[in-house]
Amino acid sequence: MNNLTDITIADARDKLASGDCSAVDLAQAYIKAMKTGRDLNAYITETPEIAIDRAKASDDRRAKGETLGAMDGIPIAIKDLFCTKDILTTAASHILDGFVPPYESTVSANLQDAGAVMLGKTNLDEFAMGSANITSYYGSVKNPWKASDGKDLVPGGSSGGSAAAVAGRMAMAATGTDTGGSIRQPASFCGITGLKPTYGRCSRWGTIAFASSLDQAGPMTQTVRDAAIMLNAMAGHDVKDSTSAPVDVPNFEAALAGDIKGLKIGIPKEYRMDGMSPEIQALWDQGVEWLKAAGAEIVDISLPHTKYALAAYYIVAPAEASANLARYDGVRYGLRVPGESLDDMYLNTRGEGFGEEVKRRILIGTYVLSSGYYDAYYIKAQKVRTLISNDFKAAFKDVDVILTPTAPSAAFAVGEKQSDPVAMYLNDVFTVPASLAGLPGISVPAGLSQNGLPLGLQLLGRPFDEETVLRTAHVLETNAGFTLHSGVKG
Amino acid sequence: MTYIIKGETGDWEVVIGLEVHCQVISKAKLFSGASTEFGGAPNTHVSVVDAAMPGMLPVINEECVRQAIKTGLGLKAQINTTSVFARKNYFYADLPQGYQISQADRPIVGQGTLTLDMADGSSRDVGIERLHLEQDAGKSLHDQDPKKSFIDLNRTGVALMEIVSDPDMRSPEEAGAFVRKIRSIVRYLGTCDGNMDQGSMRCDVNVSVRPKGSDELRTRAETKNVNSVRFIMQVIEFEATRQVGIYDNGGEVVQETRQFDSQKGETRSMRSKENAHDYRYFPDPDLLPLVFPQSLVDEIKSNLPELPDERKARYVGEFGLSPYDAGVLVAEKDTANYFEVVAEGRDQKMAANWVINNLFSVLSERNIGITESPISADNLGKLLALIADDTISTKIAKDVFEAMLEAGDEPAKIVEDKGLKQITDTGAIEAAVDAAIAAGATQVEQYKGGNEKILGWFVGQVMKATQGKANPGQVNKLLKDKLDS
Repeated sequence: MNNLTDITIADARDKLASGDCSAVDLAQAYIKAMKTGRDLNAYITETPEIAIDRAKASDDRRAKGETLGAMDGIPIAIKDLFCTKDILTTAASHILDGFVPPYESTVSANLQDAGAVMLGKTNLDEFAMGSANITSYYGSVKNPWKASDGKDLVPGGSSGGSAAAVAGRMAMAATGTDTGGSIRQPASFCGITGLKPTYGRCSRWGTIAFASSLDQAGPMTQTVRDAAIMLNAMAGHDVKDSTSAPVDVPNFEAALAGDIKGLKIGIPKEYRMDGMSPEIQALWDQGVEWLKAAGAEIVDISLPHTKYALAAYYIVAPAEASANLARYDGVRYGLRVPGESLDDMYLNTRGEGFGEEVKRRILIGTYVLSSGYYDAYYIKAQKVRTLISNDFKAAFKDVDVILTPTAPSAAFAVGEKQSDPVAMYLNDVFTVPASLAGLPGISVPAGLSQNGLPLGLQLLGRPFDEETVLRTAHVLETNAGFTLHSGVKG
Repeated sequence: MTYIIKGETGDWEVVIGLEVHCQVISKAKLFSGASTEFGGAPNTHVSVVDAAMPGMLPVINEECVRQAIKTGLGLKAQINTTSVFARKNYFYADLPQGYQISQADRPIVGQGTLTLDMADGSSRDVGIERLHLEQDAGKSLHDQDPKKSFIDLNRTGVALMEIVSDPDMRSPEEAGAFVRKIRSIVRYLGTCDGNMDQGSMRCDVNVSVRPKGSDELRTRAETKNVNSVRFIMQVIEFEATRQVGIYDNGGEVVQETRQFDSQKGETRSMRSKENAHDYRYFPDPDLLPLVFPQSLVDEIKSNLPELPDERKARYVGEFGLSPYDAGVLVAEKDTANYFEVVAEGRDQKMAANWVINNLFSVLSERNIGITESPISADNLGKLLALIADDTISTKIAKDVFEAMLEAGDEPAKIVEDKGLKQITDTGAIEAAVDAAIAAGATQVEQYKGGNEKILGWFVGQVMKATQGKANPGQVNKLLKDKLDS
C-alpha cells in the first residue's frame, strides 16, 4: 500500500512523523487524484495552491518540531456549505453566484488551526437539501462505486461530494453536515465512515444554515479511528454560536481503546419496517451477532413514535429553512436578477436562483408556518419531536447504544426516485429520528449488498457520548473487515 | 375630561391603544457587536451578522437585556425570567435577514401599569400589556436617485423595546400623556434617550370608536411610525372623526395599516387586511430561550434610580409643593434635576415658583429646552440666596434675572456691577423717608385724616430716591413710625 491516496489519517500521521512522506507529498498526490477523478464531480472548487501552501507550512512546522497534532498536514476536503475566507462558497446554489466570504467558518478554522490542508470545496445538494446529490446547481455527483451493469450511482446526500471524494481517494477525509442524515446516508452509500456528533458539539458559525435546530457538522472518513481524530479537531464550544454546547471535548481516539463487554445495545423494533429489504435485515442481524460476540448485551427496545419522525422532520426542517433562506434576496450578495420593482427583483432573483427542491421546501416551510396552519403543522411537529426525544431518553435508561441500519437501501442509480420527492425523503427514515433528538450517530460500512454495493450500519448514542458510539463502531468495523478497495479503484 | 365625537347618530367615544418603540441605550446592537452610534456615514456600523451574511448567527447582548428588565421594573411590570425570541418573517430591502428577531408569545416583560398625570390635576391608570425586545430595521432612502433606492444598515439590529399598552386611553390628551410618561420614565432610567425627532422613540397608534356608553371593541386601524406627541394626538383626532363618519354613513371600518401625512395632518391607507403580512412567527432556532435568575432582577431593582412618580410624591410630601407644580417639575428628568440644584438648601416653594413661572416662560418664548437654559441652575439658586439673605428684594431680583438672561453672569456680580444691592442702612433710608415727608405736606394731611392708602405714595417717593434699592420692609416701618408719631 504505497499509494499515498490509499492511506488513512492514522497511517499518514505515522508516515509524516517518521519522515516517510511529507505533507507536500500528500497534497500533491491528492491534487493529482482530484484531477483524474473530475468525472465524479465531487468538487465544486479545487484549491491546489492553497493546499500546497498549507502543506509547506505544515512541513516547516514539523521541521521545527512544532507539529500541531494528528491533523497537521492531512489533506482534507471541505463541504461547500462551510464559508471559507476569500474562497468562493456556493452551497451548490446559483443564488450564491460569486459569493466570497470575508470570514472562515469555526469548523473549517478549527481544522486549519490543527494544521489540516484544504484541497477544495466539495459538491452537495443545493443548500444541503437532498439525499442523492442531484440538486446541485453545479451538477450531480457520481458515486465511485458502480452498479454491476456499469450504470452510474448516486453517492447519497446531501454531503455526496464529500463522501465521493473520500471513497474515490480524492481526499483523505472530508467535512460533512448532517441535518436529517446528510453525513450518515452518503457514508453508507459510498462505503465510508460518517459521524454526526451531538447537536451543539461543533459550532454552526459560518456554516450556511439549512435547518438551524438540526444542522450539525461532522467528519467523513475512511475509518472510525480517523473520524475520532478528525472530530477532535472540529469540535468545541464557540461563543459565536448560542446553540453550541459549553462542554469539554474528550480525546475521542483514546475512547477506541476499551472493549464493549457488558455494554447494552438496543435494537428498536420500530426500525424493522414493512417491506424492508432482506439484505438490510441480514446486515442488521450480522451487526447484532458481531456485538454479541464482542461481549455486548443485546436488548430489544421500543421507540414508539418513530413512525411520525419523518413527517415531523419534513415540517420542522422546511419551516426553519424558509426563514433561513429569506436572506438570499439579491440585495447584498450573490445573484441579482433585476426587476421593475423591489418585489419583481425578489421574484426574479429567487425564481432563477433557487432550484426546484429548494423552492419546494421553502413553499412547504412557508405553508406550515402560515396563520391558520401553524398549530396543525409546526406546533404538532414540535410536539412529535418532544415525544421522539422522550422515546430515546427512556431507551437510554436501559441501553448504552442503539444499533440500526443507516439507510433502507444501497446506492441507487442516477435518475431513480427523482420523480417522487416522498420516495426520496424515505432515504432518511432511519437517520431522521436521531437528528430530531439531537443525538450522536455514526454510519459504519458493514458489508456489501447482493449487487456488491456498500451498506452501512448506524449506531446512536446518548447526548455528548460520542465516545461509546465510536468504541462500538470500532468493533463493528473490525468485524466487518470492510475495505473500500473491493469496489473502488484507487 | 371626556372626549366625545358628536356624530349624526349620537355621541361616540374613542378607544386608543399604543405601541411605543424605544431604541435601547447600549453601546452595541442587540445580537451583533456593531456600534449603535447615531449619525455615522451610511453602512459604517454594520457587522457581518447585521448584513445577514450566510452562516452568521445572533448572540444576545446582555446589556440590552438589563435595560429591558430595568424598563419593565420602571413600568411596575411582571419580569419574565424565561422568554423566547421569535422570527417575524417579511421581505424588505432594509431587513437583511428577511425576518426580524422579536418576541411573540413569551416576552421578557409582562403586565404593568402606568399612571398618567392629566392637565386638570387628575390622574389615570393605563394598563401595560407587555414589553418585548426586538431588532430595529435599516433605513431605505428613496429620494437620492430617480430610479434607485439606497439602503443604510447602520440602524439594522439596534435593540428596540416595544411597549404595548392596553386599549385603555379615551382621548388624544391621554395618549399624549401616556407617551410623555413613557418618555419620562425611560429617560429617568437611562434606557432610551426618548428623542422622537431622531427616531429613537416612535409610536404605532391603534384607534377605534364606539357609541358612548358601550363597552364593545370595534375594528381598529393602526397608524404606523408616528414620531411626535403632537402628531399622535392629530392622528387620533383624525381617525376618530374619520371612523365616526364611516359609521354614520352606514359603513364599516376596515382593519388596516395606515400612515400619517404630517403635512396634511391626515392618515391614509398603507395596506388592507387582505394584503396584510402573515408574519409566520416561530421561535428562533438560532437562540436558546432567554433565561436569567430572579437575583438579576433583584439586583437591578435595588439599583433603580428615583422615578418620576416617587419624586413627585417627595416634592409634595417633603417640599410642600402642590401636586400640579410637583408634576410639572418631575415630568422631565432634566427639569427635575435643574430644580433640585436650585432648591438645594433653599426655600423649595420659592425655587419651584421661580423655575415654573419665571424660567419656563423664557424657555417657551425662546423655544428651547432646560438643558439649553441661558441661566444655569447654580446661578438661579444663587439669585434665590440673594433674596433670602436680604441682599436684594424680590422686585430687584426680577431685574437681576433679566440681566442674567442677557449676560449669563453670576447674580452677585450683576448686583455689584449695577449697584443693585438693597439699602438696609437705617440712616440712609431714614434720610429718604424724612425727605419724602417734608415734600408731601398735602399727603401727610390726607394720611392723618385717615387715608392709609396714601402711604403707598410715600413708599414710591422713597423707592424713587433710592432707585428701588431700599429694603421695602424697613421703608414701611419707618414711614409708619414717623407719620403716626
